[in-house]
Amino acid sequence: MNLDLTPEQDAFRLEARTWLAENVPVSPLPSMDSEAGFRAHREWEATLHAGGWSVVSWPAEYGGRDAGLIEWVLFEEEYYLSGAPTRVSQNGISLLAPILFEYGTPEQHARYLPHMTDGSLIWAQAWSEPGAGSDLASIRSTATRDNARGGWLLNGQKTWSSRAVWADRGFGLFRSDPSASRHAGLTYFLFPLDAEGITVRPITQIDGDTGFAEIYFDDVFVPDSDVLGAPGDGWRVAMSTAGNERGLSLRAPGRFLAASARLTELFRERGTVGTRTADDVVDAWIGAQAYRLFTWGTVSRMLDGESVGAEGSMNKVFWSELDRDIQATGLRMLGAEGELRGSGAVDGGRWVDDYLFSLAGPIYAGTNEIQRNIIAERILGLPRDGKKA
Amino acid sequence: MRFLSTDEQLAIVDAVDDIISANGGARVARAWVDGDTAPGLALWAQLAEAGLMGLRVDEALGGFGGSTSDLVVVAERLGWHSVPGPMLESIALLPHLVDDEDRAGLADGTLIGTATVAGIAPLALDAHVANRHYAIAESHVAAADPGGAIASIDPARRLFPLTATGSPRDVDPAVIASAVDETTLACAAGLVGTGERLLAESVEYAKVREQFGAPVGQYQSLKHQLADVRVALSFARPLVWGAALSAGTSKHSRDVSAAKVAAGAAARLAAQTALQVHGAIGYTREHDVSIWLARAVAHDQAWGTQEHHRDRIARSLLAS
Ligand SMILES: Cc1cc2nc3c(=O)[nH]c(=O)nc-3n(C[C@H](O)[C@H](O)[C@H](O)COP(=O)(O)OP(=O)(O)OC[C@H]3O[C@@H](n4cnc5c(N)ncnc54)[C@H](O)[C@@H]3O)c2cc1C
Repeated sequence: MNLDLTPEQDAFRLEARTWLAENVPVSPLPSMDSEAGFRAHREWEATLHAGGWSVVSWPAEYGGRDAGLIEWVLFEEEYYLSGAPTRVSQNGISLLAPILFEYGTPEQHARYLPHMTDGSLIWAQAWSEPGAGSDLASIRSTATRDNARGGWLLNGQKTWSSRAVWADRGFGLFRSDPSASRHAGLTYFLFPLDAEGITVRPITQIDGDTGFAEIYFDDVFVPDSDVLGAPGDGWRVAMSTAGNERGLSLRAPGRFLAASARLTELFRERGTVGTRTADDVVDAWIGAQAYRLFTWGTVSRMLDGESVGAEGSMNKVFWSELDRDIQATGLRMLGAEGELRGSGAVDGGRWVDDYLFSLAGPIYAGTNEIQRNIIAERILGLPRDGKKA
Repeated sequence: MRFLSTDEQLAIVDAVDDIISANGGARVARAWVDGDTAPGLALWAQLAEAGLMGLRVDEALGGFGGSTSDLVVVAERLGWHSVPGPMLESIALLPHLVDDEDRAGLADGTLIGTATVAGIAPLALDAHVANRHYAIAESHVAAADPGGAIASIDPARRLFPLTATGSPRDVDPAVIASAVDETTLACAAGLVGTGERLLAESVEYAKVREQFGAPVGQYQSLKHQLADVRVALSFARPLVWGAALSAGTSKHSRDVSAAKVAAGAAARLAAQTALQVHGAIGYTREHDVSIWLARAVAHDQAWGTQEHHRDRIARSLLAS
């Protein structure tokens, strides 16, 4: 085993660090869950793209650097340590793009990939429905065939769709064959959020921002060219992103290394060795190191040709609980100031904002209860729960 | 960058597993508990013959010339099989602190060493089977004699006070500190192995033990506890490996502490969960679960508690 980087990889890291140091906005952007913030984040995506750092691991023809997995992780570490803004384009880049590369037609590649990387086309993930959260296969929104126009008519309702309020397009599953079994009759669609028949209703989140939304579909026409993968094959297509979402791509280790570094900074200002808080800071630091090293193990296996699979569920449980613990410790260290938000608060209220968001970590991308079921059944091989619809 | 065991390390693991299994596996620890050290000493001799007791001794002195990474890979197997005796002392600690003659003896298995280390290891493990005893202080090492045995929560461990007899030899404090770090890291690796064994035994049991007409492993409350053990161990092992790779750098001590805290916590969780999954049978000495359970707790306490290592990290975070 070793963690040695090649001179080229070290140079790549340095190049990224230098560029980020010169380009990351000095004062943090407003929340991307506000209109002005969303716009500012879109512009940042364009800046990243212009610098060639939007999608380092993608092929050069779509704005990438053809960089390998190791370089990608190095870039992510540098990205978060530099304090750069969260990626408003992450649904497109990390959730949709991998399956678009795998299942999309060349025409779909040409139509969508280039615009995903410069902030000009922001995507929303429209999977959940009011009656289908953890049990995603129970979705009821429908797609009916419209042969005359060469496409489909979407009807129904999606919910909790992050960034759908200001995003440009959505991707999601619809029941295209009501007679087929739960998992079989689903089709994966791409659609514009301003299409005729679509209504987007913003939902205010616990932090007061409109981070997600409901989407209503009333005879929304989608041409065949916007079906991703084969009709009826939507479940398989969708599940190949779920692994991405839980695993590496959504939550690169850089994010928690940076959060733990901020916590350590706070500890230097306010902490004392031997207290419960000190122990929590230490555990956060250990957790961030563990997550980083675990990722290097995963990357090594992937480079050996193995796929991540159910292991992504271990990542999900670990990072979401690590994040929650880091943020809660930060608040505790702030004492009475730990409830303050906005401009009068420490770091502009970032600790409170990040804390609130961290509470959602064990819910989104598949709740941690569901992930623990997956770990128990697919990794440990324990028997499946008898009761299945 | 390839953060996985090498083919050579996997081969060593296979060899270690084969030797231990051929010599009785967990039965060795069981006999040791009952005061019969013969199977354990026979296993010791076999491991020495394969070169493994000289893992960290130079080839010139008849050793294996292995790295810290090789050590943690082997130590994990010692924990998995719950191999008794002052192994960590003889493989990880003493080779760095004794003279060449003793080092060669440790490597070929003719010497079995144990030691106290002022502060972190005030009692010596299993002095009754050792033919070399050392009292180690911050900057010197002295030959010593054992006093009376004290029992441990782990009945496979007996602990002894030592009294220095010979005149102390000066040893560079940095060398002593790094030998202690190495032993602590090997202990952490062993905790991962013990935790893995507890998890594996628990999963097997959960699949076959039936209550209410179904295997208990079908019930989500047990499944989720076992999943948590899986996660804790999976994230502790990379810390152990990472610390092995930082040997010789300024980050090493802190990395060792992180590995020890995480491995200790993961093994404790595995132990507690194993008992819960097994029910009352796990609370008996008759069942092997008790062997790994007691070992997890004792090794978590040994070579620095979680509190000790957290404080070491906290100080280092404040300083950097
Ligand atoms: C901040 C945020 C952003 C989100 N963004 C998106 C998005 O962009 N697009 C999108 O499609 N969705 C999004 N979601 C929705 C998210 O995917 C769902 O919330 C999640 O899948 C859980 O579904 P649910 O909320 O309906 O909870 P439910 O499925 O109703 O679950 C309620 C509780 O029951 C538990 N539970 C359910 N089934 C089981 C079981 N079998 N065993 C044990 N416990 C169980 C759950 O773990 C949970 O604790 C987002 C959610 C949040 C919080």
